[in-house]
Amino acid sequence: MATQHSRMAARLMVAPSVGLLFVWMIVPLVTTIYFSFLIYNQLYPDRQGWAGFDNYYYFLTDRSFMEAIWNSIVLVGGVLIVTVIGGILLALLLNMPFWGQGIVRIMVIAPFFVMPTVSALVWKNMFMNPVNGMFAHIAKGLGLEPFDFLGHAPMASIIGIVSWEWLPFATLILLTALQSLDSEQQEAAEMDGAGRLSRFIYLTLPHLTRAITVVILIQTIFLLSIYAEIAVTTNGGPGTATTTITYQVALQSLYDNDVGGASAGGIVAVILANIVAVFVMRMIGKNLDA
Amino acid sequence: MARKPTTAAKTTVTLLAWGIGLLIFFPILWTVLMSFHSEGDAIKSPWDMLTSVWSFESYAEVQTRSNYALHFFNSVVISVGSTLLALAIAIPAAWAMAFVPGRRTKDLLMWMLSTKMMPAVGVLIPMYLGFKNMGLLDSRLGLVAVMTLINLPIVVWMLYTYFKEIPGEILEAARMDGASLRSEIIYVLTPMALPGIASTLLLNVILAWNEAFWTLQLTTHDAAPLTQFIASYSSPEGLFYAKLSAASTMAIAPILILGWFSQKQLVRGLTFGAVK
Repeated sequence: MATQHSRMAARLMVAPSVGLLFVWMIVPLVTTIYFSFLIYNQLYPDRQGWAGFDNYYYFLTDRSFMEAIWNSIVLVGGVLIVTVIGGILLALLLNMPFWGQGIVRIMVIAPFFVMPTVSALVWKNMFMNPVNGMFAHIAKGLGLEPFDFLGHAPMASIIGIVSWEWLPFATLILLTALQSLDSEQQEAAEMDGAGRLSRFIYLTLPHLTRAITVVILIQTIFLLSIYAEIAVTTNGGPGTATTTITYQVALQSLYDNDVGGASAGGIVAVILANIVAVFVMRMIGKNLDA
Repeated sequence: MARKPTTAAKTTVTLLAWGIGLLIFFPILWTVLMSFHSEGDAIKSPWDMLTSVWSFESYAEVQTRSNYALHFFNSVVISVGSTLLALAIAIPAAWAMAFVPGRRTKDLLMWMLSTKMMPAVGVLIPMYLGFKNMGLLDSRLGLVAVMTLINLPIVVWMLYTYFKEIPGEILEAARMDGASLRSEIIYVLTPMALPGIASTLLLNVILAWNEAFWTLQLTTHDAAPLTQFIASYSSPEGLFYAKLSAASTMAIAPILILGWFSQKQLVRGLTFGAVK
């Protein structure tokens, strides 16, 4: 089949992709690692030299680091809980026969295609604004006090916005998985007297496990680098209430000009993301063999 | 399903599904509705706004105040440009990996995917400083390059999963019938690969259009795509709801339409073939 000649051609065809990705991944990453060991602040160009592990020490012992980690966990965890549970329920509903399935599907998927800055600003201004937002108007209409969502519950509000963006993704994937469910098995179980709940727990849920895992893993990768939603709504505040690791590193490098410190933070973020990535890769790799 | 649901059950499900569907879609719908009203009416209570006079003035104002067309053009250049470039680099690679797999093909694919898992902040600083030194900050060229590299792994993967489904026997049959490599590619492979390439293109234009980390970090004005332009509304002056709505509507409309066409490929593309 494959001759020496075609193997050679294949290598040439793969080379540009591999080469570019290698450069793209290695050069900046190595530079970041290098910076992370330097005393390098653009505001103080005369102070230079090796920092050793000082940047890491300062970053990791800074109180804001633990806060940022915690905020990242709350944000990612919160969005995962809302989108996975909501996604399962919504997928089960959309999988039932009803009129206008096509249109409802389109409406449900739509938020996924809205750019992050638009969804964040629309929610912030048109809905959550305590004076002119829709929620404030509704509260006033009901005779209640309007609630300042981003001021008093900033993290919950951002979780809400991001969940709105990602619920369609979870729903779509879980719905696709549901559609490949063996209906004969379901009927057999029903004939044997299994109720709705036990059919869901013993047949549907195990069938969905794989899809749920995929949703959790892929969303985690994207959610860990959430940036725009925070930048245009709370700017990481009030205080540091919504500063995640990603946001903190971007802040430190671009606004504090602390290249060394931010680089150390970036490397810490890379290590944390890799822990997640190992699981993702194993999952997808398994599927490649199947 | 063997059993037909009762009409009552179907009606209940229909009402529930439409209710939830409308609720999820509502923020988008509301943005579109608001864009057709004046600034003064946009901050009135919802009912008062809906019953106020409809107008197109916000759309005109967005363009005259801020050169909306430039940012739209930037978005098109960056998303389409980077996608085409990525396709040009990825098609040969995916092709070779699908049809002439070697011992290390699987490892190579996994490694490519792993580059996608690296958080952007890990490479932000060298990229930013490098761009600054090369004068690429706020340039379309620089952004096209970054977006090409960001999406390259996904493009290779998507194409690979599509190409892999083209049965190898067909190629052998064509070869037996005396087709040359050239005619094999033109008459047999290309028609079979086109749908896969088209869906990859679509999904990647969408991803690049909505990318909001690098576009926010590396552009300020001249090369700023719509993500950055819309972000400028986070610190606005005066009343801006109607203008924000108009700018948002124009920014999401093209991608919403493309997205609805690509729903089916979306699952496959974003899960790297793990869910079909």
